[in-house]
Amino acid sequence: MAENATHTAPTALTEPVDERAPTVIADGVDIVYRINGTGSGRGSATAALNRIIRPRQAQKAAGMRTVHAVKNVTFVAYKGEAIGLIGTNGSGKSTLLKGIAGLQPVENGKIYTDGQPSLLGVNAALMGDLTGERNVYLGGLAMGMTREQIKERYQEIVDFSGINEKGDFISLPMRTYSSGMGSRLRFSIAAAKDHDVLLIDEALSTGDARFQARSAERIQEMRAHAGTVFLVSHSNAAIRETCDRVLWLERGELRMDGPTEEVLEAYEAFTGDKKKPKPKPKPA
Amino acid sequence: MSQVLHTPPQTQAAPHGDLAALAARHGLTVSGARPSLPEYIRQLWARRHFITAFATAKLTAQYSQAKLGQVWQVMTPLLNAAVYYFIFGVLLETKKGVADFIPFLVTGVFVWTFTQSSIMAGTRAIGGSIGLVRALHFPRAALPISFCLQQLQQLLFSMAALLIILFAVGVPPALSWVLVLPALTLQFVFNAGVSMILARLGANTPDISQLMPFILRTWMYISGVMWSIDNLLEKHQGMPTWVADLLRANPAAVYIDLMRFALIDSFHASQLPPHVWLVATGWALLAGVGGFIYFWKAEETYGRG
Repeated sequence: MAENATHTAPTALTEPVDERAPTVIADGVDIVYRINGTGSGRGSATAALNRIIRPRQAQKAAGMRTVHAVKNVTFVAYKGEAIGLIGTNGSGKSTLLKGIAGLQPVENGKIYTDGQPSLLGVNAALMGDLTGERNVYLGGLAMGMTREQIKERYQEIVDFSGINEKGDFISLPMRTYSSGMGSRLRFSIAAAKDHDVLLIDEALSTGDARFQARSAERIQEMRAHAGTVFLVSHSNAAIRETCDRVLWLERGELRMDGPTEEVLEAYEAFTGDKKKPKPKPKPA
Repeated sequence: MSQVLHTPPQTQAAPHGDLAALAARHGLTVSGARPSLPEYIRQLWARRHFITAFATAKLTAQYSQAKLGQVWQVMTPLLNAAVYYFIFGVLLETKKGVADFIPFLVTGVFVWTFTQSSIMAGTRAIGGSIGLVRALHFPRAALPISFCLQQLQQLLFSMAALLIILFAVGVPPALSWVLVLPALTLQFVFNAGVSMILARLGANTPDISQLMPFILRTWMYISGVMWSIDNLLEKHQGMPTWVADLLRANPAAVYIDLMRFALIDSFHASQLPPHVWLVATGWALLAGVGGFIYFWKAEETYGRG
């Protein structure tokens, strides 16, 4: 956090000495989705058999389609930065995040990372039939924490989620929770671990106002521990509050990369969001 | 650098070589690359608590909505055994010439079910946990292994049911019961290996899970689960020896016979195939090591596309 006063200047890339430590480098990244079965062939048995016997040739016939979700994106993220990813729906923000996390292969280019970036989210590891308590352990273990670490933080996680504020809910199966309670617990578990590079996909919109304030605070804290935080959000307010740098993706292309206020202004002009004109004076 | 990039985006300040050099200078690594085999094993070992916790969680979640709850863990195998006894013991009379038919049958069914459900779980290990694979980082082999572990725990419950049956029909406890442990260990390694192979196949071609029940059922019927391979071979003396050897070397048959030998006193060593422990170990190593390496080779592709 110490160095976030100076903003990303391209010159930093070429200075070998005394440069800031990069945590994520995206070098001309293309990400392409391949989708099976968009053609008419899937339904018939002979077409399916053909696909199994000659997968290559049959790909086209079976209607294999490609979606170029991220196109030639290049950026360098440094330690201590909080970077917002904005763009209209389907612009490739979440895909880029998955690429950084190493969960989606890149077609061209390379993504280099310092340590293992992780997506904030353990939803998939949790089981509704188990109690909240067991889910805390299961989620923690799934994220790679040790039993001791979880035990240490257990009370903190439960208190943070506020699950027990209205009674002993943590010992009930998670399927009995209200959706708000469930998402609060999930966020609390996910946020319990310190990450080198933290990737957050629209996680700030869960829970009531009080919990949202708490989670924003927790993200600031994690940012202090983590090297770098990436945040995907459609809430410009959340981006303004958390991020000091913004990448604007549009149709998979990196349209703009710069300080939050500048990029958001351009983005708001682009989306026609004139409702919230910033009172700030225009940058000279 | 907050210039608006018009399409097509102009090349950014740093050419590719520089960024790669920058990454190398700071020790950054390529995201999502497959780790080396020793590193993979190390990562897997680090996740051992997750593997066991995930298996136990799956097992408990299974019956948590039922009124009788965990009682079903023992009830299900007992009911299964009853059904098989009715069909194969009473209706089809395969019990002729088999001493202690009930324990013989029940052991066969339980041990077979362990292999069968491990393999079935393996084919769906990646596809069924796609959310987990797409959200979190961990060595993917944790999934098939965890599912096999869940089946092993399930089998231990079945073994408890089997003990009840053994006492009920009057099979005396013996020192040979200790042999259950090595037999189960070998079978677990074998199952885990095969389910890792099928996990990779099933991840690429989900159709495998439609096909597997038929293959498994065929395999079950040739494995002597409900009937004695020995009796069959005696009845058909003219059968070529290689068929007999093949039937006896079948890994499922080997593990089933080992368990019968361990638990049932009327099942003698003479009924075991030659070099049985060697064969059992060989199958376990072949499937275990081979399956693990085969699965690891495609580590970076799971859950994508």
